[in-house]
This record gives sequence, C-alpha cells and structure tokens, in this order.
Amino acid sequence: MMDTPNTSSNDEALELTGEAFEEYLQRQENKSLLRILTCGSVDDGKSTLIGRLLYDTKLIFEDQLAALERDSKRHGTVGEDIDFALLVDGLEAEREQGITIDVAYRFFTTDRRKFIVADTPGHEQYTRNMATGASNSDVAVLLVDARNGIATQTRRHAFIVSLLGIRHVVLAVNKIDLVNFDEAVFKKICKDFRAFADSFDFDSIVEIPISARFGDNVMTRSERTPWYTGSALLDHLESVEVENDLAASPFRMFVQWVNRPNLDFRGFSGTIASGRIRPGDEVVAALSGRKSRVKRLVTMDGDLIEAGPGDAITVELEDEIDISRGEMLAGADARPDVSDQFAAHLIWMSDAPLYPGRPYLIKQGTRTVTATITDIKHKIDVNNFDHLAAKTLDLNEIAFANLSLSEPIAFDPYEVNRDTGSFVLIDRLTNATVAAGLVWFGLRRATNIHWQALDLDKSARGIHKGQKPTILWFTGLSGSGKSTIANMVEKRLHAMGRHTYVLDGDNVRHGLNRDLGFTDADRVENIRRVAEVAKLFVDAGEIVLVSFISPFRSERRMARDIVEEGEFIEVYVDTPIEVCRERDPKGLYKKADEGKIKNFTGIDSPYEPPETAELHLDTTKADPAELAEVIIAELKARGVLL
Amino acid sequence: MSVSRTSHLKRLEAESIHIIREVAAEFRNPVMLYSIGKDSSVMLHLAMKAFYPSRPPFPLMHVDTTWKFREMIKFRDDTVKRLGLDLIVHTNQEGKAQNINPFDHGSAYYTHVMKTEALKEALTLHGFDAAFGGARRDEEKSRAKERVFSFRNANHVWDPKNQRPELWNIYNARIAKGESIRVFPLSNWTELDIWQYIMSEEIPIVPLYYAAERPVVERDGMLIMVDDDRMELRPDEKPEMRLVRFRTLGCYPLTGAIESPADDLAGIVKEMLIARTSERQGRLIDHDDSASMEKKKREGYF
Ligand SMILES: Nc1nc2c(ncn2[C@@H]2O[C@H](COP(=O)(O)OP(=O)(O)O)[C@@H](O)[C@H]2O)c(=O)[nH]1
Ligand SMILES: [Mg+2]
Repeated sequence: MMDTPNTSSNDEALELTGEAFEEYLQRQENKSLLRILTCGSVDDGKSTLIGRLLYDTKLIFEDQLAALERDSKRHGTVGEDIDFALLVDGLEAEREQGITIDVAYRFFTTDRRKFIVADTPGHEQYTRNMATGASNSDVAVLLVDARNGIATQTRRHAFIVSLLGIRHVVLAVNKIDLVNFDEAVFKKICKDFRAFADSFDFDSIVEIPISARFGDNVMTRSERTPWYTGSALLDHLESVEVENDLAASPFRMFVQWVNRPNLDFRGFSGTIASGRIRPGDEVVAALSGRKSRVKRLVTMDGDLIEAGPGDAITVELEDEIDISRGEMLAGADARPDVSDQFAAHLIWMSDAPLYPGRPYLIKQGTRTVTATITDIKHKIDVNNFDHLAAKTLDLNEIAFANLSLSEPIAFDPYEVNRDTGSFVLIDRLTNATVAAGLVWFGLRRATNIHWQALDLDKSARGIHKGQKPTILWFTGLSGSGKSTIANMVEKRLHAMGRHTYVLDGDNVRHGLNRDLGFTDADRVENIRRVAEVAKLFVDAGEIVLVSFISPFRSERRMARDIVEEGEFIEVYVDTPIEVCRERDPKGLYKKADEGKIKNFTGIDSPYEPPETAELHLDTTKADPAELAEVIIAELKARGVLL
Repeated sequence: MSVSRTSHLKRLEAESIHIIREVAAEFRNPVMLYSIGKDSSVMLHLAMKAFYPSRPPFPLMHVDTTWKFREMIKFRDDTVKRLGLDLIVHTNQEGKAQNINPFDHGSAYYTHVMKTEALKEALTLHGFDAAFGGARRDEEKSRAKERVFSFRNANHVWDPKNQRPELWNIYNARIAKGESIRVFPLSNWTELDIWQYIMSEEIPIVPLYYAAERPVVERDGMLIMVDDDRMELRPDEKPEMRLVRFRTLGCYPLTGAIESPADDLAGIVKEMLIARTSERQGRLIDHDDSASMEKKKREGYF
C-alpha cells in the first residue's frame, strides 16, 4: 500500500570510523531545527498523529513499545490495535480519560531536519496550554476531523496561532479513512477553512488529507488518495522554509544579570533577542537613555568578535554606566519604544476574571513592574472574529486592551520582535500567570516625561504638622463599626492638633464615584480611585482615615502598594455578620435579605478577611472608644505622631 | 577527540544558560541538584558558562543515598575541588540509622525514603526556593509534559493537571513562602545532544560510562555490579568479570550495566545511535508501571 518510509537510518554510522564518523556527527549537528505544534479540536487526532510520527521515524524504543502495547490494552480507544495517542498522553489523568490535558514536547529527527513537536490539548478549558505550546513554534499543524469539519476550536486555535505570529499552517484533514477517502469532503473542508483563514495573512496554508491512525499521507503519499497530488505531511515539514530576519533587525538584549566577580569587571549578561553586535558598536541603555560602546563580548570560550540572535553572552561596556536587571541594551541608532502605556492583545488564562483597574504584575523580558488594564477596547468572538464590547474578561477570552504601567518599559511591537513585544501578567496574590500579552503599539512616549521636581515633599509637610503622613485603612462588613471608630479616632487626633481627613464609602460614592455600581468590576474601580485620592492626601502630609468595606484582598493590596512602605496601616474591623445584621444601622441587611439590594457584601458578594492586617479589632469584645484608643496607641508606637 | 561546536548545540546551550541566569536573578536561595551523572555534568558545565568570569552564585547539592558507586563519589569530590564550588551532601539520617537499603526494603520503598524524602528534607532544611535538576523531556512521557519552571507547593508536590502557562522564554518565578520551583534547564536536550555536547566541550564524566572489566552478577534480568562488600549475594550468584559500562548512573544495586566494548565517546555515541531500548531500561526503579514516574514526581521526586 505504501512506499518505504524515509526514516533517518543510523546504521550507516556504525560502519564509519575516525574522521568519517566525526563528519557524520557534524551532519547531524548541522541539521536545521523546526518547532511545530499540533492543534485543533478534541479527538481530531493530534496525539495520534504525533505518536504515529514518532513510531514511523523509529524513535520508539523496544521497552517503550512494550509499555505502549500494554497501555493500549488497558486504556486504548482503538480496540486491539496500538493506540498511538498513548505515546504522548503521558499523564495518568490523560490516559484514564483518553484526552490531552497539557502540552507534551517530543523530539524526532529525520535525514533532513530535527523536530520539536508540541502536542497540545483540544479542550477549550485547556486553551492556555495550547498557547504555551504555540508560543515557541514555527509551524502549526491544525487538525480537523473529516467527519465533522471545522469546529469552534479549529477557529479559536487558528486565531491564536495567527495572533502568536506563526506564519505557516498545515491544515491536516484527518480520519480521511472514515469518509471513504472522499475528495469532495476534503475540498469542502479546505474551502470552509480558507473562508476565514485567508484573512489571517498566513504565509503558507498547505492542506493535506491524512489518516493519523493508519498513516496515509503522513510519512509518504498514500495510494488510497490518488486524487491528492501534494506532498506527504513529513515531506512538507522537512522542506517548509521558515524565514526569520532577526539577525538583520536592530540590536536588542535584555539584561538578565549583572556580572561582577570583582571590582575590575562589570559585565551585563543576557540573551540577544535580535540584531548582531561587535566590539566598538554604540549601544544605549533604552530606559535610562545612557550611551556607551561595546568593549568586549565575554564568554568562557574566549571573547567573541561578533554575536547574534539567540546567543547568551556577557557584554562589557567602555563606560561605567549604571545598568541593572530589566534594562534593555539596544542599538543606539534604532531604539525601541519606551513607554508606560501601550495597547496589546491579551489571552486571559485565569479562572478569576480580569478587572480593569486591578493591579497585576507584568513580566516583559527581564523586567517586572505593576500594570493595570485601563480599558478593554474589545474582545474577540472566536466564532466569527467579531469585536464585542467588554467590561471584564473570562478564562480563555481574547481581547485588545490598553495597559498602564507603574514604570516605563522598553519594547517593540510583537509583530516586529517576539522577544521584546511579549509579556505575561501575574496575579499579585496567587502568583499565577493570568495572561499572555502581545504588544501592538505604544500609546505615548514616556522617554521625555519627567516628574516636575517638587520643592516641598510630603515629609516636610508632615513634620510641620507633627506627624508622619499615613493611611489608616478600615476594612470590614457593612455595619461592622468602621465609620464609628474612624470618626472617634479623627476627633482624638484633631484634639491633639493633628491634621486629618476621612474618606468614607458614603461621601465618596455620592460624588467622585457616583458613576460606579456594585459589580465586582465597579468595586475594584471604586477602591482604585479612593486609594489614589488617599495617596494625594498622604502627599499633602495628612493622616487619612479611609473607611470602606473594601472586600477584596487584592484591592487592599493595591492601595497598600501605591504608597511607600510603612505609610499604610490596615485596620480590620472584625464583626460577625450576625451582629452586623442585628445592628443594621441603615436597614441595608433587611433589604438585602429581601432581595432588594443585589451584590451585598457578606450575602451574595464575598468578603475576603485580611490575613496580615496591622490591627485586628474585635468589636464584640470592646466598645468603639476603647478601640479608638488602641489605634492611637498604635500610631504613637509606629512614630506616626511625632 | 573534539567536534567543533555548531548551530544546534549552540542553540541548546544558549537556551539553557538563559534559564540558569533567570533563576540566579529571580530567586533568593537557589541550589543546583548535582547527581554526578552525565546530565548533571552538562548542567554544571552550562552553569560555569552562564556566570563566567564569576562563579555560579549558588551551591551544588548531592542527595547521597550511601549506595552510589564509589567512583561517583570520588568524581564528585574531585569535580567540586577542581571548580572551586560549594557542595552540600545530604543523607536522610533517619533512613541511614534504620539501615534502609535496596536489598531488604525493596527498590520502591528505599527510593522513597533515601531519595524522595531525603531531597524534600534537604530542600526544606536549607530553605531553598529553587532547585535545578538535569531531567530532559525525552527521557520519559510524564517529563515530556513538565514545564521548564515546575511549580511545587509547600509540600513539594507537583500538580500536573494545573501547571502554570509558560510562554516564549518568559518564566514566572513568583512564589509564596514555603513554595518552590524545580527548574530544568536541559528540558529540550536529547540523549544524543548530551553526548555530542560532552564530546565537543570535552566535559569530564565518571569513568563508569566507559567500558571496562567489572565484577557483575546477573540479577532479575539485569547486570548488577558488585561495587562493595555490602552487596549480599544470592546463593546462585557468583561475581564474574565482564566488559561492561553504564548508560545511566544511580545507586549501584539498582543500576543495570550493559555489555559493551565502547571505551571512548565515539563508541558510546555509536551504540546510542542504534540502541533499541531507552536509557531508563537500566534503572530498576522506573520499571514498576507506566505511571510510576509521574507518581514519584507528584510526591516530590525529581
Ligand atoms: N479511523 C481513524 N481514527 C483516528 C484517526 N486519528 C485519530 N483517530 C482516533 O480518534 C480518537 C482521538 O484521537 P486523539 O489522538 O486522542 O485526538 P486528540 O484529542 O486530537 O489528541 C482516537 O480514538 C484515535 O484512535 C484516523 O486518522 N482515523
Ligand atoms: Mg490529544
């Protein structure tokens, strides 16, 4: 039925000796490397295809094959036959459920190329793992089950593949054996695919009818599809050209580590993202704008006369300029964007939704700063690629958004440079990676913006008032006693001649935050604004008493982080909900219980109690006046009252 | 002999150096797990390159089960002396006191106590927040699924169903107190890459990888070397000298030798190219069942 496969034959190596053998190894070494991924909907045959490729290129050892036969009997989905998917579905849960959960990386070599294959999961739920596999790939093999045609996941994966900058796609119409090797079915699916994929601007789309299970058109052309005149899959993968012009692009290198073995040497270690560099070249530290020339390119194997993309080097400069991790070295004549605001695509990867205004950490290159999404421009419907309005993003949704950072970063658009245009967002509390981001363009140049140097600073203003400017942040359920205690503290401070101001949920919500409701997203924005206002008061030298329910840990964390260490004192006013309900000073619990108020904290909206508040006040054990004294004592102990 | 270095190995080398530097820059207290084998030798060599002219800013740690080949221990001590590095040697003292050994307690229990538990104990004891390991994705199918930065909770547990996304070459190094990350800089290397790299960089390796006449017995289908007199021989066993070498190194009672005349790197690579069994074939502990490696890893094994 099929010709003999053109597997890499190692037997010739055995006959070789001495130099001839070295040459043989050299040839292996010089083979180009292609990174590919398989993607597409669940059960379309991705894992089976990879297993088939490994099997047919003779990369399965005898002991592994024996294990595969045993596993196929136990977990297989194909009766008595070998289930090739089990070669890649390596996790217990995957084998038991017969699905792929996370990406597997496998390696194989043919006479012409080395391959790293990422086998990715098809379930929507695991899209982030698919994106993980796609982020480093050059070619995507997108599978479609011939019986089902294009599925939503086919579209989603095609979109992500194009978003991540993969320029070459193979549309593998799989299980062609199950549709009687029918050309019409194949043609129809190709047409459906082109109808949307043409707009993605791939450099190549190659359509191949295959049977992963039986091997048709995988290693060699199959006689069972005589109407197909193109290459077999492997042939195509061995010959597809994936150009990359990184060497000709401007020089970019993130500084990973400052190399300082002794006082005489100071080198900047990093991996070159693009461009070439030689001693004598002029470079600029992109963030600070300082220039110097390359003195040496240092490696353990001796100094280099030139280095290029992908090289991990240590650069010594002519001048002593201050550079630390996170800085980018760039060609002085072609600098990157430097800005604290930009527009980007985001793939949201967390079960917890994205809220504009909530602070996340952004890691881009070797730099980590704080970022908030200021505005979701639109999200993308993966069925028809329409742009939809959105206030939040859920797991696996993709959006175009504006980001604002605590400090500027140096970047290029992702389209121009994958390494300098990509980033991830990290949740500050759970440390989970919550989004992958691709920079589209910078929104304003921060390069020339400097803060107006102010003659009077906050500590000068504070000393004048006999105090260290501070935020006292009261958090607790509605009716817990926050305002009562805060007001008492303010009166005491006033009597002591100190300068204070109270920001209260009720007064702020009637003015500044009049436009906000009580959804999670609005609550986040509410707290963000209050925190910023409180910060201004601190700047003015005041002691600010903020009393807001502020139910979410991450927002309180944000408020804490925007002022300096020691300027934020969190006061947890701890009152059990039954007690609050009994007190019910404004009759709110009654209304909430009757369903007249929605999203009421403690009832149908969560309250996350502080884990590390500076003060924890139990209102069932002491009255408000006593608790106010506890706070005054704490302020004295902390040196807030001078 | 030396083969000049070219594109593929150079790319792998640079990728690994990038990973190693990220760890040094982002973690408070990293450590490099040094198991003395060929992969560890390559990983250590890469660490030397990553920080040159400085020395690696972290110590090495060897979890010593007390059943390693004697030549391994000698090689280990020579290596740290030659490179001027700090080495921590950790042995599970409780296990040692109870004389937990592969003969009386079985390979699974012995490995659990003297390797997995010992490792967790050592990591906790020194408060390491990141630990490098020399594992490669081509070794085994659950490794093929593992991230380069592999997150462990405070109990050192790996949750394979819930790994952090890991895109491009951006690694998330953020952890809470008590949690840690296992880092695998050799993830994308194959066994052949390792040997070719050792060859081209002339990296020293334990002589046990080269064929020599060594005293062995045949036991449970494997050739076990009688490395010292703690090895209890079964009635029908009689050590005999055979020309053997090892594809991987571990505890001598659990590591199978192969009959081979390959006494240089070229010979080793040639044998590898036509090998019909995986290198794990020579490790007794990996045989138990298909899911055993994943299970061990979830429990904290490297
Ligand atoms: N008849 C036939 N079955 C196939 C083919 N490819 C895959 N399958 C079967 O489809 C099912 C799902 O395959 P799998 O590789 O796990 O799909 P994945 O979810 O895309 O990785 C398995 O039972 C395979 O044996 C094919 O070309 N022909
Ligand atoms: Mg699969």
